Amino acid sequence: MSVVVFAETWEGRFKKATFEAAGYASAVAREMGVEAIALVFGPCSDDLSALGRYGISKAVHLSDSAYGRFEAHSFAKAMASEADRLGAGAAVISGSFNGKSLAPLVSVFMEAALITQCVELPVSVAPLRVKRGAFSGKGFSTFESKSQKNVLSIVPNGIGLHEHPVSMAVETSNLASAESKTELISLERSTGTVALPEAEIVVSGGRGLKAPENWKMLEELAGLLGAGTACSKPVSDMHWRPHSEHVGQTGIAINPNLYIAIGISGAIQHLAGVSGSKTIVVINSDAEAPFFKAADYGVVGDAFEIVPKLTEAVRAFKTGH
Amino acid sequence: MKVLVCISNVPDTTSKIQFTADGSAFDPQGVQFVINPYDEFSLTRALWIKEQQGGTVTVVHVGPASAEPTIRKALAIGADDAVRIDLDPMDGFSVAQELSALVREQGFDLVLAGRESIDYNGGQVPGMLAALLGWPFVNGCVGMEISGDKAELTREIDGGREKLSASFPMVVAGQKGLVEEKDLRIPNMRGIMTARTKPLVVRPAQSSNAERTRAMSFEKPIGKQACVMLGPDEMGELVRRLHENAKVI
Repeated sequence: MSVVVFAETWEGRFKKATFEAAGYASAVAREMGVEAIALVFGPCSDDLSALGRYGISKAVHLSDSAYGRFEAHSFAKAMASEADRLGAGAAVISGSFNGKSLAPLVSVFMEAALITQCVELPVSVAPLRVKRGAFSGKGFSTFESKSQKNVLSIVPNGIGLHEHPVSMAVETSNLASAESKTELISLERSTGTVALPEAEIVVSGGRGLKAPENWKMLEELAGLLGAGTACSKPVSDMHWRPHSEHVGQTGIAINPNLYIAIGISGAIQHLAGVSGSKTIVVINSDAEAPFFKAADYGVVGDAFEIVPKLTEAVRAFKTGH
Repeated sequence: MKVLVCISNVPDTTSKIQFTADGSAFDPQGVQFVINPYDEFSLTRALWIKEQQGGTVTVVHVGPASAEPTIRKALAIGADDAVRIDLDPMDGFSVAQELSALVREQGFDLVLAGRESIDYNGGQVPGMLAALLGWPFVNGCVGMEISGDKAELTREIDGGREKLSASFPMVVAGQKGLVEEKDLRIPNMRGIMTARTKPLVVRPAQSSNAERTRAMSFEKPIGKQACVMLGPDEMGELVRRLHENAKVI
């Protein structure tokens, strides 16, 4: 028996979310008293043994060059086939964009139950019960599986990185890729930015910033902090910022360690998408803005005065450390 | 093209979410229900396909009769007909099973849905349906161009976006970008009148216990402690606290 984990790569490197999922999978495996095995697809320039730090005792490297590009159907077929060969009772997949495409397909091909949006380790493994997010950050629900096999999809940044170093074996699988159901035409990389679902710090702006050109000061602060940039729904609707930066109930939900909201009033739909943030700083000129009720630290005042001061304070801190 | 649009009936985005006192269920009292916002983008895109190249748009909902006002709204916006599969579903898999039976029986060229519903946020049904049917699946779709028996589909990925090509039939899970917010349609009086006479077929469920998971309990997030207020000249202090107290930088 085993627990398998999808060891997602981006351009041949492991993602942070992969190590988070690996740590989660190995913790579930220890609870079940079985082995945790990582499935690595296609060319990987990272040392596979990095997975051993997170409790993975075996990495299976699927070497078919077709696995160089993520394709939901062929990856799901391969994952289900390897899970079957390895006697896996559970599969763990990060809720990255690719993971969200993959998990439902894997669950069907494995004839397994699927629980998505997991925010904690299982409450119990027999029967399997896991707490998951629901109602777009406005609640949680504990789900129970009725199935012998299970696929668990975890919220990126929701669990954190948990090391559990073990020695790890590497095995190569020559499993040929199943038929792709989609062909890649082109790929557009977003440059110089931190992918939002993975970002540990996010700096976000709302209508209070008044115009798209004012994002320069926000980007400067984000750059110093190594943060991703985000925005509220009105800002994305007005095309001041791309859709991909819209966080909230109908945009993307994020769980960073630190969320800095600048000129965002904190409508219930926005709070839903950011309520998983560990620490929230709100900067707003309106002392009555609802966002202060959801914040850990608040500053009332003009963003154009406060943000440069905050940026200088961060710069001073970074040079001192 | 024969298009099926899957819609969920969900609490309006402004709703305060409450659970029953024992935490065993969601409490719908006083909650306004709407078409799931992600599904609205897909519904509008489906209507564009019909207007550009002809065909039909059918909406389907798996749920009890209480969802019929939401289904009628989709008809008022422009769908030709609707199917309600009469099942109060326990999980995403039971919904996908019902939808796959409908698609196999009636045959569609394209199934459009939303990326996720804003109630359970499972993001499960479209992918499961594609897997059950053996069709191509594009998730989080933000752009779609149809030419002949193929479509070019743009989807968001962690490191940017990619453009894919796939052949019909296929399942596409949409979001904002598939159409823009301003493109979303509001039912007009004529639409509301004609929706009353459009077919809404109630179809019995194929199976009453296909689910593989069930919700045991619900809880609300733990409230935050009172916010620490700092003045505009205390940014050094804010950074110190973020480093020493919150340990986030």
